[in-house]
Amino acid sequence: MAPTNHQWRKLKNLLVQSVTCACALLVIAPLALVFFHLARSGVGSVNLDFFTHLPKPVGEVGGGMANAIVGTFVLLGVAALIGVPVGVLGGVFLSEYGSSKLNWWIRFAADILNGVPSIIWGIVVYALVVMPMKTFSAWAGGTVLGLIMIPLIMRTTEEVLLLVPNGYREAALALGITQWRMIVQIVVRTALKGIITGILLALARVSGETAPLLFTAFGNRFWNHNLSDPIATLPLQIFSYAISPYDEWHRQAWAGALVLLLLITAINVSVRLLTRDRFSRHGH
Amino acid sequence: MTESSLSVGSHALSAKALAERRLGDRAFKWLTLLMALSVFVLIVLIGIELWLGSHLAIQKFGARFLTSSEWDPVKERFGALPFIFGTLVSSGVALFIAVPLSIASAVFLTELAPPWLRQPLIIFIELLAALPSVILGLWGIFVMVPWLREYLFPCLKSALGFLPLFQGPIYGVSVLAGGIIIAIMIVPIITSVSREILRSVPGLQREAAYALGATRWEVTRIAVLSYARKGLFGAVILGLGRALGETMAVTMVIGNRPEIAASLFAPGYTLASVVANEFTEATTDIYLHSLFEIGLVLLGVTIGVNALAQVLLKTFAGPIVTR
Repeated sequence: MAPTNHQWRKLKNLLVQSVTCACALLVIAPLALVFFHLARSGVGSVNLDFFTHLPKPVGEVGGGMANAIVGTFVLLGVAALIGVPVGVLGGVFLSEYGSSKLNWWIRFAADILNGVPSIIWGIVVYALVVMPMKTFSAWAGGTVLGLIMIPLIMRTTEEVLLLVPNGYREAALALGITQWRMIVQIVVRTALKGIITGILLALARVSGETAPLLFTAFGNRFWNHNLSDPIATLPLQIFSYAISPYDEWHRQAWAGALVLLLLITAINVSVRLLTRDRFSRHGH
Repeated sequence: MTESSLSVGSHALSAKALAERRLGDRAFKWLTLLMALSVFVLIVLIGIELWLGSHLAIQKFGARFLTSSEWDPVKERFGALPFIFGTLVSSGVALFIAVPLSIASAVFLTELAPPWLRQPLIIFIELLAALPSVILGLWGIFVMVPWLREYLFPCLKSALGFLPLFQGPIYGVSVLAGGIIIAIMIVPIITSVSREILRSVPGLQREAAYALGATRWEVTRIAVLSYARKGLFGAVILGLGRALGETMAVTMVIGNRPEIAASLFAPGYTLASVVANEFTEATTDIYLHSLFEIGLVLLGVTIGVNALAQVLLKTFAGPIVTR
């Protein structure tokens, strides 16, 4: 091997290394830019009023998004009522029962559902809930988010249950406990932290959803006192303020975005800290 | 197995108690089965609801719905072609930008990066994946689009203006802006799935190449990338599926004009954004049914693309998890 050839190969190695490194940095550049601009334009408008007041009408300065912040949590609550039981129990089936062929198809269908654009869920729930009720409502908005969560939670639950060692199952059965109580009291309990992580991540994911809520939850400039009425959420409020022509509303949109992003980042980071090492994906 | 071991020590258990235990087991199993099968129910439900909701439009326009470029709510004439065009072009632009960047990042993260750099970069990319579409759209309207209008687009125009793609007036909001924002949104998913693919390449592959005296990059090229080609293709298709359905951020920067233009600087419209913008304004039945049919078209395309992606990913190797 000629030394020039050898040097050329080493140089090429270094070159590829730097180019791919530049790509990785370029990929995260938008994240840094978004954080920077949110901090710069949003911090000034986040004050106590923002968390405690209703939106002000056009032309008046101030006001807040208290109703939208509460609305976001209300919808997440409704969504969890639908998404958590269906998702967790479905995940239990995938991990504990089922033939490998049936499971393949269920996983396949769940992954397909994960790829269905969220706006399509909105249309479906519009037909299923909004049209019969003849009104946009918090129920409809929560249903959309809950349905989106089902396949997400099902897959993560299955994944963490499969990490529970088989010895636990065998030991429990050997003591004469029934299979379903073995699953609930031993398997699910052992993996509870992982299951909760999956649920939190799914909640974080849907808490930023906007498109399917446009014609289900619809938004509301006032407090929602009845889940059968339209309800405000942070993403909806951010959207309607962002596309409005008023500077004051733009400032509020930035503030809302900052609060929403902090909420989502807080969930993601705390989940990461909570589960470090224990339930790492695939156990690598 | 459990039942036979039970019967050995069943002196203490009456027949009734045994039956109850078996009933509990069976009920629980059926309950979980029902929940697991809900995914099929949901897929069927989505299809049926969209079909029922769009039958007026399907009857009235037939196949013309897909080929007509007229979208006129006043005259009640609806054709989806401009939206199909806008969706395909913006997703194409997004893939053009995102695929090289994501695969290069995945290669860097799994093969070439020094270990201390990997974890922070992975966390940042996952945070980018968690960024809500509406926030990116807000940033797009007020930061990215003005920057594109002032700097990037004029540069592109003067450098590549001989191509029809980069001609015509510059508004800022455009198919190209939509494509760029979609690219930002799909980079994390393509990167993380590609990363899992690359990680699942057997270590022996790499060691064999190292043993021949290959450099790191040569190992990656010869032993890893060629082995993982099919899986990486699956990751790209998965990204395409996400790109086609991306809604809020695109709606905020693409200009929302149902036009078919050769130039990427021209405003456009996508299937998802027309539903987002006009659904609550649809006052007549035929208008609403046309929007349902737009949803049906979008559903058909995304399910097809996602099914292809899942088959590629699932036949490539063991359980590769996609979120």
